[in-house]
Amino acid sequence: MSIDMAQFVDAFLEESFEGLERMETELLALDGGDPETLNTIFRCAHSIKGGAGTFGFGAISEFTHGVETLLDRMRNGEQEAAPETVNLLLRAVDILRAQLHAARDGGEADAAEVAEVRTLIEAHLDDAAPAAGVPNAPANGGSGGDTASDSSGGGGNGPRGWRIQFRPHADLMRTGNDPLRMFEVLEELGRLTVHCETDRLPDSAEAFDPEDCYLAWTLELEGDATRDQIEEVFEWVEDECDLVIDPLEAAPVAPDESSAPEPGADGATPARPETAAKGSGGSARGAESSSMRVNTGKIDALIDMVGELVITQSMLTDISEQLEEDPSQMEAQIERLRTGLAELERNTRELQESVMSIRMVPIAQVFNRFPRLVHDISAQLGKQIELTLKGEATEIDKTVMEHLGDPLVHLVRNAVDHGIELPEARAAAGKPETGQVTLEAFHRGGNVVIEIRDDGKGMDADRILAKARDAGIVGPNQQLDRHETLQLVFEPGLSTADQVSDLSGRGVGMDVVKKNIRGLGGNVELESEPGKGSRLTIRLPLTLSIMDGQLLKIGDETFVIPLIAIVESLQTLPESVKQAFGKLPLYRLRDEYIPIVDLAAMFGRAEPSPLPEQALLVVAEADDQRVALRVDDLLGQQQVVIKTLETNFRKVPGTAGATILGDGQVALILDVAGIARMAAGRDTRAA
Amino acid sequence: MANDATQSIHDPATAGQDQYLTFILAEEEYGVDILRVQEIKGWERPTPLPNTPDYIRGVINVRGMIVPIIDMRLRFGMEPMEYGPTTVVIMLRVINDDRERVMGVVVDAVSEVYSIGADDLQPAPDFSTRIGIDFVRGLATVDEKMILMLDIDTLLGPGLIASEDAIAEGAPA
Repeated sequence: MSIDMAQFVDAFLEESFEGLERMETELLALDGGDPETLNTIFRCAHSIKGGAGTFGFGAISEFTHGVETLLDRMRNGEQEAAPETVNLLLRAVDILRAQLHAARDGGEADAAEVAEVRTLIEAHLDDAAPAAGVPNAPANGGSGGDTASDSSGGGGNGPRGWRIQFRPHADLMRTGNDPLRMFEVLEELGRLTVHCETDRLPDSAEAFDPEDCYLAWTLELEGDATRDQIEEVFEWVEDECDLVIDPLEAAPVAPDESSAPEPGADGATPARPETAAKGSGGSARGAESSSMRVNTGKIDALIDMVGELVITQSMLTDISEQLEEDPSQMEAQIERLRTGLAELERNTRELQESVMSIRMVPIAQVFNRFPRLVHDISAQLGKQIELTLKGEATEIDKTVMEHLGDPLVHLVRNAVDHGIELPEARAAAGKPETGQVTLEAFHRGGNVVIEIRDDGKGMDADRILAKARDAGIVGPNQQLDRHETLQLVFEPGLSTADQVSDLSGRGVGMDVVKKNIRGLGGNVELESEPGKGSRLTIRLPLTLSIMDGQLLKIGDETFVIPLIAIVESLQTLPESVKQAFGKLPLYRLRDEYIPIVDLAAMFGRAEPSPLPEQALLVVAEADDQRVALRVDDLLGQQQVVIKTLETNFRKVPGTAGATILGDGQVALILDVAGIARMAAGRDTRAA
Repeated sequence: MANDATQSIHDPATAGQDQYLTFILAEEEYGVDILRVQEIKGWERPTPLPNTPDYIRGVINVRGMIVPIIDMRLRFGMEPMEYGPTTVVIMLRVINDDRERVMGVVVDAVSEVYSIGADDLQPAPDFSTRIGIDFVRGLATVDEKMILMLDIDTLLGPGLIASEDAIAEGAPA
């Protein structure tokens, strides 16, 4: 009987990653050693250790063991939850994460770092040991050599060995534990002598219950096993036996017992090549994963809907059969058919919504990394920062979320690094010494909005403008208002200039952030007040694969334009149509001149035609550019599923993909930004 | 039909032979590797794509997939034809750089399936016209008819697709 373990390994890894995140969150929230929190952290570590052992990730299980021991002492009050201990545990979490990544992706964790943190943890344990009276070296230390190298945490040589008195309770076997197996494990740790005690055996056969355990054992284990290792063997039966472990009286036995197999927790990290797969608090975690966890409720809803769909289908089949049998009932049946089709439409729509919702995951999955990030950076910089997370339950498309991590890390890092001042500076400015950084997500319209706010020093628009003029990004005579000026930080030329980041306190890589967010179909804006703080607002589409579209007719073709891009649609007033260079029509809308685009001509489908007296224009905006599209008719609005043209063809300028309409026809989705660029003549081929 | 094709491929009598589906363009006969034929559809009006060469007729919906349609006559610079009820579109799987694309080609009519050994293919002469010959696998003669065997991966490959990529570069992500 062989069970495919691989599937369980995946589940174990996934759960372990979650456990680590939990540990991290709780560690950061650990204020002075709240026992409940410590218990939670301990349990996470314990599950990881157990699972890792089961699936043969020896290094992970071994490493976790030290962590677990430390946590155990903390929760028993034997060790203080001092900040440095917490930081050490956070480092340990990083190591574990790296090890789990290595286990999943086949790399190796950075052995040097693993060893370093292990040593630190062991040192921590040693510090606490004497005070706490934890498993200790034999006080008398019979043979001089041993005492010197004694350490309970698992390094060097222990005593000559251990005497283990193991008296299982009667029901030990009923819980599926088998002493024999435990002894076999012990045997691997050293030379094992077993004495069986039969004093508890009942006198008569009637009193004998074959399922009870009447035996007890005294075991002597010689070798350099540590107490921890022995305790580990009995871990699962702790509550079902009386266990006494004493160091063996040192006797002049052969000092070298090295024939015993190398036990695990022996300080020596398995020598492995150092192809480091470090996964620390940063971006490494943002990797796209091909599997996801789905709330069971969502799946149940899906199953319900499929059930309804099946019912509707059989109803429709029934109608068609009845029509065949008895055509005279035509009219009544057609009425039923209509009802059925309406039902089908509703089912389909609901099914679509619910399938889409499966891709939606709470944004907490991204937000969760920030307490740690802020904790680390603020400690590094000597700042006091309180991070507030809001709206973590806001759901967002999984793909969007996966690509959101890095830009957000960048922005939060900026807020902490450059935004919030040092405590002294804050005090001097009359602000509380502890700076506030808030990360908030919420839905607005068809968008997910994420705000990053800080009450730091803010940004000086005048200096940004001056810098931008120097860099030639803004012309000497070009006038920008405050808001426009602030958005300059997203310009490549400006943001990468080091002086600016010193001056304004922000910058490096903001252009990349903007590009990434644009790539997700969103946008980012900055508001800032010198001395008061800054606010970055990111707007993202809920999902990448469905959007609200306006159908419009241009010539014989139906196109879809994203509803979000439409500013307004209007009938032209003859006096508002202007002409530039004799051929470029502009439309004057309030105080603005907007180029009129003849899409049929731009797309090479027709010769440019003069604008009729009464034309229908759709004013659309993208990338801060407006265009007025000449359309022949406005059709309905509907949600469309976005399909890429690149699967079987390639990207087509001016389009953002295609969709399939109700009648099965393909309609192109217009890319307003691309059209604006083509209209501006940057894509010369269109002219 | 697909089954027949696979069977005869493993049939010792036809071992070492490739099966070709042939089609007609202005009374000339052309062949493509039958294993690359996904299906044959009737002509339906595609949705035109902006700023593409005339032989790219547009895209159609094939079970939820957006598939480009290429007119072979126009591609070869032949006289255009009227599309009618008998006009067919052969859906082909085109493989380039480990990427598989599905593309439809419009032809006058589908003709036959032939098994032809690699030895029976003659190299194509130098046409020395503006039509390259790199997409001709070879010429075969069946019943005194000449059949041009096409290499669809080259014919419908990046060269055809990427012809406008200079513009695509400038398009947003």
